[in-house]
Parts: sequence; structure tokens; C-alpha cells
Amino acid sequence: MPLVQQTTSVPVSVDKDKCIAAKGCTVCVDVCPLDVLAINGVDGVAYMRYDECWYCMPCETDCPTGAVTVSIPYLLR
Amino acid sequence: MSGSTAVTHVVETDVLVIGGGTAGPMAAIKAKERQPDLRVVLMEKANVKRSGAISMGMDGLNNAVIPGHSTPEQYVREITIANDGIVDQGPVMAYANRSFEMIQYLDGLGVKFARGPTGDYDVRKVHHMGTYVLPMPEGHNVKKLLYRTLRRLRVNIINRYMATRLLTAQEGRIAGVIGINTRTSEFVVIRAKAVVLACGAAGRLGLPASGYLFGTYENPTNCGDGHAMAFHAGAALANLECFQINPLIKDYNGPACAYVTGPLGGYTANARGSRFLECDYWSGQMMLEFHRELESGAGPVFLKLDHLAEETISTVETILHTNERPSRGRFHTGRGTNYRTHMVEMHVSEIGFCSGHSASGVFVDEHARTTVPGLHAAGDLANVPHNYMLGAFVNGAFGGESAADFSADVGFGVLDRDFIRHEQERVLAATTRTDGVSPREVEYKIRRLVNDYLQPPKVTRKMELALDRLSEIRDDLEHLVAGDSHELMRALEVHSILDCAEMAARASLFRTESRWGLYHHRVDHPETDNDAWFCHSLMEKASDGSMVSRKQPIAPYLFAVADAERQSFRNVRVRPAAQGD
Repeated sequence: MPLVQQTTSVPVSVDKDKCIAAKGCTVCVDVCPLDVLAINGVDGVAYMRYDECWYCMPCETDCPTGAVTVSIPYLLR
Repeated sequence: MSGSTAVTHVVETDVLVIGGGTAGPMAAIKAKERQPDLRVVLMEKANVKRSGAISMGMDGLNNAVIPGHSTPEQYVREITIANDGIVDQGPVMAYANRSFEMIQYLDGLGVKFARGPTGDYDVRKVHHMGTYVLPMPEGHNVKKLLYRTLRRLRVNIINRYMATRLLTAQEGRIAGVIGINTRTSEFVVIRAKAVVLACGAAGRLGLPASGYLFGTYENPTNCGDGHAMAFHAGAALANLECFQINPLIKDYNGPACAYVTGPLGGYTANARGSRFLECDYWSGQMMLEFHRELESGAGPVFLKLDHLAEETISTVETILHTNERPSRGRFHTGRGTNYRTHMVEMHVSEIGFCSGHSASGVFVDEHARTTVPGLHAAGDLANVPHNYMLGAFVNGAFGGESAADFSADVGFGVLDRDFIRHEQERVLAATTRTDGVSPREVEYKIRRLVNDYLQPPKVTRKMELALDRLSEIRDDLEHLVAGDSHELMRALEVHSILDCAEMAARASLFRTESRWGLYHHRVDHPETDNDAWFCHSLMEKASDGSMVSRKQPIAPYLFAVADAERQSFRNVRVRPAAQGD
């Protein structure tokens, strides 16, 4: 069957002004159990690439600059 | 990413531990402590720093056997009764005997346990009979302490590699593992003399009521790939029909948690705010009463804290909102739920395999040895019942030490090159397609069917229908499409989830009685039949690849259990007060 991309909201947000991924930080990407975070190659900011979140919070807790915020996924709220 | 250009790294080690959550790190630590010159590899699908069920720590020990508060014999009796007698007491006794030593070991690493005014451990009562709960209000740093210890002992940690199949040598003994990098799709073949499997629960079996695939009770990395790999390697799995079903905060799907709130005066209540359970300890019998209340006119079910003093509620909030599942607080805020003024709505979890709270999993003895020579299993994956975190540590230690001893006496098993080549083709197949179905769709469908047909109360005809549908989905695996390495990981997990769903259905059909309360409540076989079914059920792979079940006798008890005691977990519902004239 043919495939399509669909839009979805994601629970992890990253404050661009605080994120230091451009300087080489990968803490949030490293600690995520589900491996759903990545660094955007264009602006050098971490973002949630896959909507597969356990809202477990290592990304937020371990971020050295407090740039990451975990919300409860919309379907559970 | 095509089969012909697959990059394969080869690693040799004496002991290989698969899974870096709770049992796995302790297995690696204890193998090294046993024999410091051993080569020990710890392979982890995520990152050992924050992987597994205790990613954000844990709020307490739920099964601490501490001198002065309980005895190993008392604990073995309680666990035997809580599991309707289907227990090999040897491994439970081995756990109980080492429980206190492990607490002291963890204490030495820096884990902080609650202490009373005299400095003694502040042990609380939650279980039906004995006293085993030791709070860890500052238990958020367990992973950090384990990680530091692994580094100090020079355990070789391999993160972001997902094991896909165990490798066995011709004579049936373990030879290693093949796995794939979850970011690059490079293969690794790890040759090992002995292996400890510690991949956690099968937590992506049922679909949470929210419909969100990753909103599971278990850390969703624990998808059952360990159970599937053990099965394919020829290991026996025990009592898979004894599902895990837990009472959780509705929609949030995390624990509330009875072990924290119970000793402080919180309790499970119905819509009227009345207590209906004598004991909030998680057992199949407790879950059956919970389910009955949920479905009755007195439902739904709540956790009641609003009668407690401000000081107590603040303590509960601090523990629950900083440990294990700290986003609980955020969830309650979003709904305007305040423990001071609102009861917290509760629900039943999706089903899973997890010996942490029930009794199913890879069949092991008191040294964590499986039925495959050299292969060990520990933690939520192995079948030692009601393990919890401390059980994962203790049984992980047994596995690590036994693996170290086993590896001292043997060389490497001969690898089967054809098997490895076929496995690489199986793994990469989803990357060779451009049309088909996505891992997410197939996973959703399997887990939705698990809810429709396998979630208790179990009905024979429904479970047979489940097998029909799951068999159709097995054909769909040939159409899975993975656009990148991450999706490939999910596609491979779907294979394991399907294997676990089929095992859940077949094991449930095999045991034609009801047992373990809600966990194996068969509406058309409502009675417990001790004449025919006072035994384990073991599932193994037949020579034609199919799943076959057989009965296995319960090992002779170390401690007899009197009939009157045996019934005690059957009476967890609060009896109505006597009516006056």
C-alpha cells in the first residue's frame, strides 16, 4: 500500500534560546530511553522527532540549561 | 542499508549481559566482582544512564526481607499464597535470604533508604501478612549510582544496540547474540561464553485505554523482545497466562502508588469514598476485586487521600512527584486534581508479562539459569514471582555470578554462519521496501486485538479468534516498511510484540481453569482446579517452530502452607458490617 506522512503534536518542547546543542551538547538525545529526540541540522536545536514519548523526563531533568520541557501527551491529558 | 552491504562488528567477551536497566547492571557488576579479570559486556537498546523501569529512580523497596521485621520463611509463604501456590519456593527463598545483604550493598553505593529516629530502616506494612516495604523518598539517583559502579569496574557498555536474536551453538548451549545499532543499522555479533538476559517486561502487549502506544505502564522500550529471543533460542517460558494487570492512575497510566500512600493512610476507594479492599498489595485477587468494583454501580475506583493532614499530603506529593514517574504532578495539575480536595480516578492497566508484579516469564532456577545451558535470565523477564526492583537486583546478582562461573569452565560455542546470514536478512527486510504498512499501524492493530480478545475476563472463543487474527498479521510482517534506522527498531519490536501476543493467547488457552484472580480469570472455566492444574505451564519452541505448552510439576515446597493460610488472599474484599435488628 502507498504511504503518507501525517501531522501530530509532540509532548517535548525545546527553548531555542537556551538549547546549546549547536555547541555540541547531546545530553537529551543521549538519555532518552525511546530515542525520539534529535538535533536539527539546520538551526542546531534539539527537537522531538518521533511521537513515542513515555513522559519519563530524563531529557528535562538532565538538560544542563533547562531548555527542555516535557508535557503530558495530548491523548492522555 | 541493504543486506549485501551490511556492516558487522564482532566482539568477544566472557560474559554478556543484555539489558542495562535494573537486573542487567547488577549482573554485570556481580560478574566483575566475582572475577575482576573477566571480560564483561553490557549491551543496551537505549543508554544505561537512563534506561529501563527505574529510569527516574524508585520510591521504595516493596519486598525487603529485613531481620527484625520479617523472615525469609515468612516471605516465601506469603509469595506462595499470593500466587495461588504456583511457585518454586527455591528461587524465592534464595532471593529472600540475600535480600538484606543487597539492601546493605545498595546502601553502600549511596542509595538512600528511609530511616526511623533510631537510625534503623523504617520498614512499613502493605502486604496482606508480613512487613516488607522500605521507602526510598530520595530514590531518584539509583541509575546514577549503578552507572558509576559499572564504570569503576570497567564493564564494557555498548549503548544503542538492540539484540534481535540469541545465538546458540550446535549442542544447544548459548554462543552469543546478534544485534543492530538503532541509529546506524550496523550489526554487532557478540560471542560470549555465558549470557544474562535482562530485557525487562513485555510492556507493549496490551494497548493502554488512552490509545497512546507509548503511554504504557512499563517503560515502552521493554516491548517483550527478551521474551521473544528466549523463546526462539529454545528456552522455556513459564505461566505466561498469569498476566500483569495493575491498578493505575487513569489515562496517566502510572502507579498512584499504594506502597507510598498506603502506609501514610491513603487507600483505594469506590465512588462513595468507601474502602472495599482490606489490602492494597498488588495481587491477582486484589485486581479481581478492583475490576469488580470498577464495573459495578459503586465504581469507578479512586485513590483517596483527601482525608489526610496537609503535612502527610505534602510528603506524598514530594515522593510521587520526584521519583519513578515524576510527571504525575504535571498530569494532576492539568486536570485540576489536588490530593487535598479530590480523589484520584484509577483504572486497570493494559496486560503485560512482568514477574515484577505477577509470575510469568523465562523459567529459571535459584541461580537464574534458564533451560538453555549458559543462558541466564533475571528481572521482570524471568519468572521469579513478585520480584520488584530488589528482586531484579538480587536475581541479577545470581545471574551475573553464575554466568561468571559458567564462563570459567567453557570455551566459545561455534557460531552458525547460516543462521547469522538469515537473521541479517530478516532484520533488514523492512528497509528494502517502499510500499507496505508502517510499524506503528501493525503494532496498533496487534495491541488493539490483544485488548479485544485477550484482556481478562478471558473467553475461550475470543482467544481462538485472536489466534486467527494474529496469524493474519504474521503475514503482514512481510510488508513492514522502515524508512530509517529508528523505524527499523520499531519494526523489529513489532515482530517481538506479535510473538508475545501469540504466546499470551496460547498459554491462556492451555490452562483450562481460573487462577491468580483477574490475571487468569476464564469465564468459561471459572473454578480453580488443583487436581489438574496445580503445576507450572511451560511454553517452548517445537522443532517445526510452533509454540507448544506442557505441564511442569511444582518443585516440592520448602515450607508447607496450611489450607487456612492458602485462602487468605482470596478474602481481600472488605466484608459488609453486620446489620443490626
